[in-house]
Amino acid sequence: MSSPTRKEVADLHFMDARAKLLDLAAFLDRVDRSSGSDDHRIRGLRLALKVLNEGNKNRVAEILNQWSDPTAEPLDKSDTKAATGVWPQL
Amino acid sequence: MVSRTTDDYKAMALAGCAAICEPAFWAGFDRKSADGFYDYFCQLTQHEPARAQKNGIPHYSWLCINPKESEDMGLAREVMALIPEFLNAPNVLGIGEIGLNKNTKNELKILEAHIDLAVKHNQLILVHTPHLEDKRKGTRLILDALKNNPKIEPHRVIIDHVEEHTFREVIDQGFWAGITLYPESKASPQRAIDMVETISAQRVWLNSACDWGHSDPLSVPKTALEMKRRGHSVQAIDNLIFGNPIQFLSQSKKFIRPEVI
Repeated sequence: MSSPTRKEVADLHFMDARAKLLDLAAFLDRVDRSSGSDDHRIRGLRLALKVLNEGNKNRVAEILNQWSDPTAEPLDKSDTKAATGVWPQL
Repeated sequence: MVSRTTDDYKAMALAGCAAICEPAFWAGFDRKSADGFYDYFCQLTQHEPARAQKNGIPHYSWLCINPKESEDMGLAREVMALIPEFLNAPNVLGIGEIGLNKNTKNELKILEAHIDLAVKHNQLILVHTPHLEDKRKGTRLILDALKNNPKIEPHRVIIDHVEEHTFREVIDQGFWAGITLYPESKASPQRAIDMVETISAQRVWLNSACDWGHSDPLSVPKTALEMKRRGHSVQAIDNLIFGNPIQFLSQSKKFIRPEVI
């Protein structure tokens, strides 16, 4: 299969990406209208936004790595079963 | 699929699903005793195959105590003691989905015990990798645990729920990789095909999460459609969606290559 042109990629996926970007913008507006203390997930999201325009061709991996627990040793115990999406100490 | 309705089986049959693989997993709550797991294993080996068969779909399962419930090592060992009794059931393909959840020491010990159990009974292995921010670390701990067992053959192990930051590491070490399709928390059809196009179309399968949470049993055919929209050939789509899982699962003598209409 030959590599698609930018126009072909845009024809196929632009509207979907446009809608998701507007949803993200609306989410950040909602966050800014809210009160309370900082949240590590939103902090992680704002950090990831910088990756989008940097021209790296592995943006998804870079963002996922940025949000990952960087430690290597297993935990003695966990207080929770659930992950939050962004390493809380980021 | 213990967490889905009969309508989902029907929808999957209509969409061309040729076989279902259902791993033992978390029930959405912690079970209090090994007896609860005994009943669950009966459900996976007797009742769900019968439900699936009503829509003409062969049903296969994998057995274990999942990592979300393996923190209690006493319970975990009691449950693991039940598993050999069920391994001869005609639809059991192996041990899974084992792995890690929060990457704790207890979870790791139970993972290692499951790996030993699989080796002892010559079973295929299906591995769950942790969610979200715990995935990269957990995947590395899991790969180390597997490599530490000299009897493990990587081509008989599939590491599930890979994403862009873990896929290459899994493939490079000779294991199979699973890309799990979820509406929110794992891969979308678009991201899955991006990974297949840029990392590997070999030794990888796609699976629809059929979970308690927000999930879509038809996400595999939707991903096939995404490939078609991008111009992939029918052969390439068939290889990824059908051929690859057949190749991996056929390593179990119990797996029968399904006929496709």
